[in-house]
Amino acid sequence: MDPKADLNAVYIPSDDIVAREIEGELIIVPIGSGIGDMETELYTLNETGQAIWRRLDGKTDLKSIIASLSEEFRAQPTEIEKDIMGLIEELLKRRMLIDSGKP
Amino acid sequence: MMERTYVTKVRFNRAALWSKKAPILGSLDIELTERCNNNCIHCYINKPRNHKPSLARELSAQDIGEVLREAVSLGCLSVGFTGGEPLLREDFEDLYLLSRRLGLKVRLITNATLITPRLTDIFSRVPPLEKVAITLYGTDTNSYEAISGRRGSYKAAIQGIQRLLDNKIPFIIKGTAFSSNATKIRTFEKRARMESWIDGDPAYVISLNLRARRDSESKNERIRTLRLSPGGQYGILSRNKGAFEKDMRRLFSRFSKPRGDRLFDCDPGLGNAALDSYGHLQACLLLRHPETTYALRTGNLRDAMQNFFPELRGRRAKNPAFLARCGRCFLSDLCDQCPAKSWMETGDLDTPIEYYCRVSHSIARKLGLLLARENAWEVPDLKKRIKTFVEGEK
Repeated sequence: MDPKADLNAVYIPSDDIVAREIEGELIIVPIGSGIGDMETELYTLNETGQAIWRRLDGKTDLKSIIASLSEEFRAQPTEIEKDIMGLIEELLKRRMLIDSGKP
Repeated sequence: MMERTYVTKVRFNRAALWSKKAPILGSLDIELTERCNNNCIHCYINKPRNHKPSLARELSAQDIGEVLREAVSLGCLSVGFTGGEPLLREDFEDLYLLSRRLGLKVRLITNATLITPRLTDIFSRVPPLEKVAITLYGTDTNSYEAISGRRGSYKAAIQGIQRLLDNKIPFIIKGTAFSSNATKIRTFEKRARMESWIDGDPAYVISLNLRARRDSESKNERIRTLRLSPGGQYGILSRNKGAFEKDMRRLFSRFSKPRGDRLFDCDPGLGNAALDSYGHLQACLLLRHPETTYALRTGNLRDAMQNFFPELRGRRAKNPAFLARCGRCFLSDLCDQCPAKSWMETGDLDTPIEYYCRVSHSIARKLGLLLARENAWEVPDLKKRIKTFVEGEK
């Protein structure tokens, strides 16, 4: 079953990846086995993904990130929430993100 | 915020990754040592396993760590570890794990004889993200060790390959074609496929380099005798004749004009660089003329990439023989002539190399691009000649 994102949780990047910002691109490089399909694959985040990723600081829960993005992009929190949940669940599924366990 | 695809899997190549601007250093090759546990008869760079002068001069793990960190700060995504035999370095595991933790993909080029269970365990847990490249010179003890010069090396190489297979670590085989084994290439490929070593056919080195440090005329003499004849090179290149000719037509369809006085027909140091085991930064692994290398111990990668290599790219050839021949030749895509190889062969950057000239002319004649005894820098109505060749099958 695919993992579900929790609005009250604080998520942090997994130790199995390294996220690198290079020339305006956010590139995720797998470190541990089983993240990519080996060979030559890396991952990039789109602009929405990058904006969310930069707020995953190990202190801020998803609810607060939604509020912050809603203000910055002048968008409805419900619309932002869809993006956040979509990204976080995709990253959890790929083992690129973990729940920090912090309240 | 309308997008719904957040994470995109991309293949690692410059075109796919960089929609806006590529980093000034995307890929770095590091020659960890020139020492090798084999003593291959054709090798252009090797020193003995315990060669003390080399050991004394090699960059330390700390030096290399600093280079890796600076490379990452410049956007580098891929590092190649080569040699000599890079697994001779006792700190290889530390350098490998540091590279991966910094977010670098690692290309390892090895003879596989020192691949241990411990190393494959590390590769299983922290994959290199690039296929390990293994140089293999034969598929039996006699043929392999006639090249490697070391008893027991074939068994050790096969054991290393088996360890990669057992742990599902992807690798490729790179063979070398010599005057003595060119007729056995098909047997080599058949055996390699039977052993499930590789998915497709191995890649080959078909053009042997002379000594990169210009350090042994006796070794150069031997390498010259091992080189394939021009016909031998053509034979390997055209094993699948239809596909080869199609590739050649595609290649020449992009031809615009001879290089003129441009010294480099590539873009040396544009996004890539190579570091030798003593701290000299090169535009590529082969280019070692002292005037073309940058002393990294007293400088930094950024300066080399932003200032040193761009100046190199702008250099012009001066040798009248080069200007009269290579400068007007349309076969540069078939020819291995380059400043790096010119240095190895002649001691300067712009002297035509007769061997490469003979090879490229021979291939061009077999393709019908040149008439018998015609020189490629003397072709009248060059555009028409190329057009006729490119449209040959229409």
